[in-house]
Amino acid sequence: MWKFAALFCMAASLPAGNIKTPGADYSQFEKKLSKDQSILHALNRLTFGPRPGDIAAVKKMGLEKWIDLQLHPERIAQRPQLDVRPSPAGNSAQVQPAQYAQDKIYRAVYSNRQLEEVLVDFWYNHFNVDMTKGADRRLVPAYERDAIRPNALGKFRDLLGATAHSPAMLFYLDNWQSVAPEQTGRANAKRPTRGLNENYARELMELHTLGVDGGYTQHDIIEVARCFTGWTIDRPNQDSGGTFRFDARTHDKAEKIVLGVTIPAGGGMDDGETVLDILARHPSTAKFISKKLAERFVADDPPPALIARMAQTFQATGGDIRAVLATMFGSREFFSQGAYRAKVKTPLELVVSAARATGARVESEAGLVNQTGVLGEALYRKIEPTGYSSANAEWVSSTALLARMNFAIQLAGNHVQGVLMDSSRFSNDPAAAAKQILFADASAQTLHSIQKKPAPPKADLIGLILGSPDFQRK
Amino acid sequence: METNRRIFLKSSALAMVGIGSSPSWLSRTLYANDARSPRKKILVAIFQRGAMDGLNVVIPHGEAAYYDLRPNLAIPRPDGTPDSAIDLDGFFGLHPSLQALKPIYDAGHLAIVHAAGSPDPTRSHFDAQDYMESGTPGAKSTSDGWLNRALKQETRRSGVRAVAIGDEMPRALRGPNDAIALASVDSFQVRNAAGAAAFEKMYEGTHDKVLNGTGRETFEAVKLMQSIQKRPYSPANGARYPEGKLGQEMMQIARLIKADIGLEIAFTDVRGWDHHVNEVGAKPAVGQLANLLAQFGQALAAFHTDLGDRMANVTVVTMSEFGRTAKENGARGTDHGHANVMFAFGGGIKGGKVYGEWPGLEREQLYEERDLDVTTDFRDVLSELVVRHLGNPRIVDVFPGYDQPKFRGLVSA
Repeated sequence: MWKFAALFCMAASLPAGNIKTPGADYSQFEKKLSKDQSILHALNRLTFGPRPGDIAAVKKMGLEKWIDLQLHPERIAQRPQLDVRPSPAGNSAQVQPAQYAQDKIYRAVYSNRQLEEVLVDFWYNHFNVDMTKGADRRLVPAYERDAIRPNALGKFRDLLGATAHSPAMLFYLDNWQSVAPEQTGRANAKRPTRGLNENYARELMELHTLGVDGGYTQHDIIEVARCFTGWTIDRPNQDSGGTFRFDARTHDKAEKIVLGVTIPAGGGMDDGETVLDILARHPSTAKFISKKLAERFVADDPPPALIARMAQTFQATGGDIRAVLATMFGSREFFSQGAYRAKVKTPLELVVSAARATGARVESEAGLVNQTGVLGEALYRKIEPTGYSSANAEWVSSTALLARMNFAIQLAGNHVQGVLMDSSRFSNDPAAAAKQILFADASAQTLHSIQKKPAPPKADLIGLILGSPDFQRK
Repeated sequence: METNRRIFLKSSALAMVGIGSSPSWLSRTLYANDARSPRKKILVAIFQRGAMDGLNVVIPHGEAAYYDLRPNLAIPRPDGTPDSAIDLDGFFGLHPSLQALKPIYDAGHLAIVHAAGSPDPTRSHFDAQDYMESGTPGAKSTSDGWLNRALKQETRRSGVRAVAIGDEMPRALRGPNDAIALASVDSFQVRNAAGAAAFEKMYEGTHDKVLNGTGRETFEAVKLMQSIQKRPYSPANGARYPEGKLGQEMMQIARLIKADIGLEIAFTDVRGWDHHVNEVGAKPAVGQLANLLAQFGQALAAFHTDLGDRMANVTVVTMSEFGRTAKENGARGTDHGHANVMFAFGGGIKGGKVYGEWPGLEREQLYEERDLDVTTDFRDVLSELVVRHLGNPRIVDVFPGYDQPKFRGLVSA
């Protein structure tokens, strides 16, 4: 199995497992998985959940080759329906988040380029924009399509730059209103005073790049905010506007010092680009992004040694996201007992994986979109710039668990709008039916609860399996 | 020993209950009538989303500038007719559609805080609601809400100590402490009786530590709800909740309170206050705002009547993200402004009074020459309720960075 660790690892020279948080026990990440477990694990993490037939297909192709293919989505034939599907946001007109989210659900269920969809979700969430904030209702579709998607497996600096330039982000974090301090302060109270706005600068460092402990100060935030003055939007609230614009008049042209680097006076839009260069190259960013990826793909508390190797790849490749992912997917920690079933599915993952596992036909996505909201992950409507956490604790509450059980019952009973499931394709034997849905044997407790006499109606049985603790894990 | 006894009682109650029997007397024993734990104080928070026009809700009829700024919108000075303001103290008056609240004010249980709001200058609904719910104006990354943080750290807790009415958990109640969101009391259940029993077995037996713990809490909460669901609800004391979302939701909250299952905090919201156009109809006392206020006032009054003596332990507080322009716009409406008005009522509230320093409506008195200025930080009002009503002194945790709130004396000692 571990031969492909070498194949993928660009920074595999570091002896792994030596760097440990004092007191933390990462020994489970040294324990290997069986071949079958490895395939299921990879499908659970690189896709929105296996469909019937996926395990056999990966087996036939070979796991390493399949992972490599997912890392190169452009080599995977896309389902023709995905390209002809009219986007709910085909032009710049306003679109409701719930309407727009239908497209996301459709792609998550049906795209052949599953890792790409997973990463678009990951990066959108990393560079979160709440679509319900004013003009963002109009700006978000282009943001995801043009800034996030094309860079999901590319260079981090490109992704960062695309988000920094995007009107959606400029609006969401208020940078479009941020102007050089000397532009205001006139004793004219008739105009609402606009001055320097630090929101984007703060989140850029805290959430997008360095991380909260990444080594910057409040002074750096102000300096970065000054660098980005003038990065604004041309008429954000009009259909004919809404594009990026640099306004030299409101740009702060004085000297700035960002993280110890002097940015000389007299600069223009380049000041912001320089900041992005500094941040993208910073070791804290390599570590912060690697850790976040490992938290999403490996476990809530991933081994520091793995993060260190990923960060090393990040720096050695100039922030090549594909290479960092290859390091992670090629690591023994990824294919370990410590990672296997270690993550609770997010609501989006639960909803989509249920549709995929059961081979349900999704004729319209409104019902599934609604369910993600009820389960606590309203798509495109995360207010805070933090995005949603991928940590298990975020998704396990009484309300959420109850909603998960009810979703399972509703889906199996064909009561989720637009989704059709054919129960007859599942075995009458509860253990066999569970294996069809979980792609592995159910736990003893789950089996014990579903093996009842008389056997429950088929739809109820499927509902119980989808609502079981087993299915909440990936 | 005391703890052991409780654990025993709790688990035997659940063991006896099963799905189908009613543990009401037991859950009451467990959560309410414990000799060492008097009935809990309860805080109900209502968020009026969209920015209510506070100047037309509690009208400064003693201020000439109000009538100058609002030729088409101003509610006439109190003259006893149904279209005029209901006088409170000779300077302020209630919108005539809030008649239902006047008796509570007169009884000394409704306090009003005018010119209250957030110090943050934003006029974005999005940001202002976010700040008011996180309790941290200006700080966008706060991940939890003030109401969640207002819950005291306790070892013995009910699974339904904090409830939001609605499908999704609101920002204000998100956070590390247990809280549940429910559309209604009746909807909080597994929608399949046989399924409920099987799920319960699975989650109570699973070796999955994360899901096991929460699974147990979930079924505990489900059973508490079932005990309530079995008793059809009829409001007491002749209370009549109005049609519409808020009335029904206030009734759900009353139902939860009366079930004595350990509720400490409830939250609900009411939308539709963003009246840029046609805030008033043919005359100032009618129209969109008037209709919404009638529903609002009746819902609150019905809740007050319904709870009766229990209001001694309950405080209701209302808030809206910011106020509206002092001057009316050209479309018989108002635009986004700054300060607003907050209500607080309950048995422990020193009501019958309009609190707060009045900043005035003359041009030079207005915030940015257009809006009512904030003279009471909304956190002053909420802090006082958290500390003196809920009895949680950890204000530094509830409103980080605002640890010196100025109490207005709303809560009787």
